[in-house]
Amino acid sequence: MLSIKNLHASVEGKEILKGINLEIKAGEVHAIMGPNGSGKSTLAQVLAGNDAFEVTSGSVTMHGEDLLEKATEERARDGVFLAFQYPVEIPGVSNLQFMRTSVNAMRHHRGESEMNAAEFMKMAREISKQVDLDPAFLKRGVNEGFSGGEKKRNEIMQALMLQPKLAILDETDSGLDIDALKVVSDGVNALRAEDRAILMVTHYQRLLDHIVPDFVHVLAEGKIVKSGGRELALELEERGYAWLGIKDDETAASSALSNSAN
Amino acid sequence: MTTANKEVNELIKREYEHGFVTDIEVDTFEPGLNEDVITRLSEIKKEPQFMLEWRLKAYRRWLEMEEPDWAHLGYERIDYNDISYYSAPKRKEDMPQSLDEVDPELLKTYERLGIPLHEHAKLAGVAVDAVFDSVSVATTFKEPLAKAGVIFCSISEAVRDYPELVQKYLGTVVPHTDNFFAGLNAAVFSDGTFVYVPKGVRCPMELSTYFRINAANTGQFERTLIIADEGSYVSYLEGCTAPMRDENQLHAAVVELIALDDAEIKYSTVQNWYPGDENGKGGIYNFVTKRAACIGKNSKVSWTQVETGSAITWKYPSCILRGEGSVGEFYSVALTHNYQQADTGTKMIHLGKNTTSTIISKGISAGKSSNVYRGLVKFGPRAEGARNFTECDSLLIGDQCGAHTFPYIESLNKSAIVEHEATTSKVSDEQMFLCRQRGIDMERAVSMIVNGFCKDVFKELPMEFAVEAGKLLEVSLEGSVG
Ligand SMILES: Nc1ncnc2c1ncn2[C@@H]1O[C@H](COP(=O)(O)OP(=O)(O)O)[C@@H](O)[C@H]1O
Ligand SMILES: [Mg+2]
Repeated sequence: MLSIKNLHASVEGKEILKGINLEIKAGEVHAIMGPNGSGKSTLAQVLAGNDAFEVTSGSVTMHGEDLLEKATEERARDGVFLAFQYPVEIPGVSNLQFMRTSVNAMRHHRGESEMNAAEFMKMAREISKQVDLDPAFLKRGVNEGFSGGEKKRNEIMQALMLQPKLAILDETDSGLDIDALKVVSDGVNALRAEDRAILMVTHYQRLLDHIVPDFVHVLAEGKIVKSGGRELALELEERGYAWLGIKDDETAASSALSNSAN
Repeated sequence: MTTANKEVNELIKREYEHGFVTDIEVDTFEPGLNEDVITRLSEIKKEPQFMLEWRLKAYRRWLEMEEPDWAHLGYERIDYNDISYYSAPKRKEDMPQSLDEVDPELLKTYERLGIPLHEHAKLAGVAVDAVFDSVSVATTFKEPLAKAGVIFCSISEAVRDYPELVQKYLGTVVPHTDNFFAGLNAAVFSDGTFVYVPKGVRCPMELSTYFRINAANTGQFERTLIIADEGSYVSYLEGCTAPMRDENQLHAAVVELIALDDAEIKYSTVQNWYPGDENGKGGIYNFVTKRAACIGKNSKVSWTQVETGSAITWKYPSCILRGEGSVGEFYSVALTHNYQQADTGTKMIHLGKNTTSTIISKGISAGKSSNVYRGLVKFGPRAEGARNFTECDSLLIGDQCGAHTFPYIESLNKSAIVEHEATTSKVSDEQMFLCRQRGIDMERAVSMIVNGFCKDVFKELPMEFAVEAGKLLEVSLEGSVG
């Protein structure tokens, strides 16, 4: 479904991604791990089309089509979804209005009729329950005054509403307590499907106790330095990034209850 | 400029929707201004003698006045002898007796403007007084209003039919000596709206006026006078449009509101005069004096404005809070783009005890435009326990526009309390990226973000117009993503 070949990207003239190669098939869940600053978010943002980042070489195709030549909104309508590490606030725009505009933009693209307010409200209420968010929050401004945990649950809620083909989840586990982590993981597991790929970015392995990945990749200084199965994450937790000769300011083992992930 | 900003700039380039010229026969004065022109104007309108004298007095004083240059605006001096001071659609009879007699071309114009003169007006329950260039063309819903005792007519009719009311109140809030444009308006005002709501009457429907400048080289100088007698309530909305022309056109209106004891006036404006093209050519110069006198105890006036049009806007709807416990409110959205300039704000003059005022101003600048909030909150020596709350927020779209805030506070009373908040923010690349990542195109995204920014003001508009205002912002922002 997704094929990344020798991808190089830079921001403000500084090269961050230095030749990423990755193949993801429909139905698979891939985890990208790596220390702070290794380029995990950059990879996520580049895939989603943030033009603050410049792709200097390499290619990305999705369903055989060149992804990089498409505008952000086109990629989104083709099924690329990014759950942001730091979701931004949009004051005064209600979450409900935002999501409905989004859902209808997607439907419009597929040639479907727009959802009316009542239909939409019904769907939004159900899904908000699924991620344990009080439906009252639908009326609040987008991410306005949301706690860290609410923001993450809100991102997962949007993924569930939009049912993307490729869900990229950037540190969706950070800043969550154990209960919230469970809720978010259940949400992600609900997303797992035959025709959907999930790319999970995480700093810590604890999320992977709940969402068991098919593949794990370790990113360091803009390159994937090691790939493996589920056991790679466990080994990393035990031995730390130093095991792979990677510098990290924290040891992976101390991560279990940390909520300061970046 | 970031890439997103560039794209945003592309989007801001929009077309003016209401920019058509109506092809109808008109009676128009030769350009030029002198006592003879004023006398002819007064004659055409069959005005009583007092009105002519009032105009001439204002004119003589105006000749000695200087055009103000303190506003944060730049424009070429206007030659007041290049402007025609009267233009009216030609009619067979003196005045149309009903809507059926109004030139169908004219009615079509209103339809294209989305002004619901017939059915729509009824559906919306809005009584519309439409001012086309210099004269008032049709007033709907006179009957149900008359039953309630509400007078809603053109100011020309009021001068003839209700001279006592006009003579008692006209110029008491905005005297002709007030400022240059108010002086000019007093001399040459062509038409406008008059509303009187009698004691204890709650006006049974929203009142509304639409203004449109059609003829070239015509100035529009309308004059509105609204009087809410004791314990009455009225909500009034004005909307404005003008065709696209390369020359600048002048609009210098005066609006006076008078609220007696326990009366309330809600005055809403949706101003969408032609703003000029993307290079800053053409557009309306909108120099307006709007002021309310809350003379009665516990009286209340709310100004709500959505200003998206005009090349230059110079406008400060104000409240003089004289009555004890009277309340003044100002809710404003001013949007500028391309080369538009807006210098707008309010004055809240607290004279009476326990008077309160609220100011919420939302300025949105896009393109190369300049957007200024200028406000004065003043407490007189007898304004014991008076209070003001001011919130001024600016939103920038792109990095070539400007926003400035000039809040002035003068207090002669130690017990007065002022709270002031101000913010400046940008439509950020991150916000745009979030929206686009969710499949929302840039134009939609900007309009959604801007609408969110304006929410606190839109909720003050009458329901049906809040939706319209949202749409208007969307149109005004087309090509503005920057
Ligand atoms: N917008 C940006 N401007 C400048 N530098 C950036 C920007 N985004 C990321 N970087 C830099 O790129 C590197 C990788 O960052 P990031 O992709 O966020 O890492 P991770 O998500 O793995 O912690 C870091 O050195 C970071 O400082
Ligand atoms: Mg990151």
